[in-house]
Amino acid sequence: MNIAYSTELICFLILSSVIVSGSLAVVLLENIVYSAFLLGGVFMAVAGLYLLLNASFVAAAQILVYVGAVNVLILFAIMLVNKKEKLKPIDGLKTRKLISGGVCGGLLILLLRVSITTDWNIPGPTSIGEEATERIGEHLFTDYLLPFELASILLLMAMIGAIVLARRDVSITNDNINDLTNQKSLSDKKIRLLSENSLK
Amino acid sequence: MNSGIDLEMSFTQGVQNLGLSHELAHLLWIPLPMLLVLVSAVIGVLVTVWLERKISAAAQQRIGPEYAGALGILQPMADGLKLLVKEDIIPAKADSVLFTVGPILVLVPVILSWLIVPFGQNLLISNVGIGIFLWIALSSIQPIGLLMSGYSSNNKYSLLGGLRAAAQSISYEIPLALAVLAIVMMSNSLSTVDIVEQQNTAGFLSWNIWRQPVGFIIFWICALAECERLPFDLPEAEEELVAGYQTEYAGMKFALFYLAGYINLVLSALLVSVLYLGGWGFPISIDWFSSLIGLSIDNPLVQIIAASLGIVMTILKAYLLVFLAILLRWTTPRVRIDQLLDLGWKFLLPISLVNLLVTASLKLAFPMTFGG
Repeated sequence: MNIAYSTELICFLILSSVIVSGSLAVVLLENIVYSAFLLGGVFMAVAGLYLLLNASFVAAAQILVYVGAVNVLILFAIMLVNKKEKLKPIDGLKTRKLISGGVCGGLLILLLRVSITTDWNIPGPTSIGEEATERIGEHLFTDYLLPFELASILLLMAMIGAIVLARRDVSITNDNINDLTNQKSLSDKKIRLLSENSLK
Repeated sequence: MNSGIDLEMSFTQGVQNLGLSHELAHLLWIPLPMLLVLVSAVIGVLVTVWLERKISAAAQQRIGPEYAGALGILQPMADGLKLLVKEDIIPAKADSVLFTVGPILVLVPVILSWLIVPFGQNLLISNVGIGIFLWIALSSIQPIGLLMSGYSSNNKYSLLGGLRAAAQSISYEIPLALAVLAIVMMSNSLSTVDIVEQQNTAGFLSWNIWRQPVGFIIFWICALAECERLPFDLPEAEEELVAGYQTEYAGMKFALFYLAGYINLVLSALLVSVLYLGGWGFPISIDWFSSLIGLSIDNPLVQIIAASLGIVMTILKAYLLVFLAILLRWTTPRVRIDQLLDLGWKFLLPISLVNLLVTASLKLAFPMTFGG
């Protein structure tokens, strides 16, 4: 066993144990802030696995998108509505936990069975290493152009939707804003409107 | 292109001659450049702190540090020593785990980013293919550390400071990345070494600043905002937020924030010099100069002189930019939070998109000058 191989093995073991224990903690911890921070840790460990597979561009993209954008956004949302109150007890929480635990366990058994019975092609294809960036670019602009464009349109739609939702109360006239009671009734109306819309 | 001095090869060969295996020699080599870069980053911070104290004093017609060493040059060391021996306080109702991890998460990505800063042809830790993209990815980890320390301090000023810091660094990362993308498009590579080499064909005339003047300004503004330097030091605005996310920190944990801030400033200055000012390139082409005195470029003497000149040039350019940043800090007022976000989203983002578009079309129109 040479040094390079054993280093790789140790790194793989550490990273996978971090991923497994981290994701379990994300689901099981009571404190939602801890869960969010641990989620960032899990994302970083996944980026580490990509690095081990010699896919440095994918690893950097993983960190940039998942840690730098998604996780920060989650944390932002949690901290903006940060209330340290206990959640209300829900009826039949135990049976719910049992059912979801059973579903997750079943899924785990299914995936384990698939991974054991599949005839893996070992060793897999050799990695292209540093060339990967160019290859990804070529693929994105040739055979994967349609999914790429569809994804960008989806993101654009989400962005416009968010802007529309955030700008909803612009149409209120100035006179109404000055009148406090009117404003209260307006905001009540708005809430009702929203709930009616969401029911449809 | 000549390969220049390859210290790694000579080191591993020297160790192998002592009778060790190639892998072991490589393993012995790995920590050396890391240690060197860590030390040079910390020394860079000490110099910057001294410069900051002296220049701020000059801007306010004071003398500044004077007694610690000649011209107060040992003052930053005294500051560091003071922070080292101070009591490490964790507030009673703070979350002690997150409180401790926060500053580390802020500092580590900044130091890791030094991986890609080249001081010469082979004078960098690792010439990774994704180069400058690694820096952008790593700098996106920092807001998590800031949010973490802001949240765990259990202090409303800290939380507000942390949220502001995260919002600021998210909004300025996008124009920053777009400005870098224009450069990458021109040099056809993400690697910092390739970016510098592409600029050093004809002395200072081929530097990227002439081809990317708008990108240079966008990058500089965004770099200042990412470092939380004064026109944009909203997260720790003293008059509003006491000290932002650093409010509850003392001793060595505060020192980690302090270090991270200054290392980030030096790193940003170095990257501006790498991306726009020709990195280690001398204003006059070395090839031309050596042919003038009749020495081959492969001559060992020329190589050594060129390498040391390269290091001096990189550091000189970076410190000129650090000087500019310090001068800006002590002469400009702070922007408001809404002005800051307006500048980022409504001004810098569209301008950098236009810059990218113009660069792409210029590259198609004049492939010779804009790297076809």
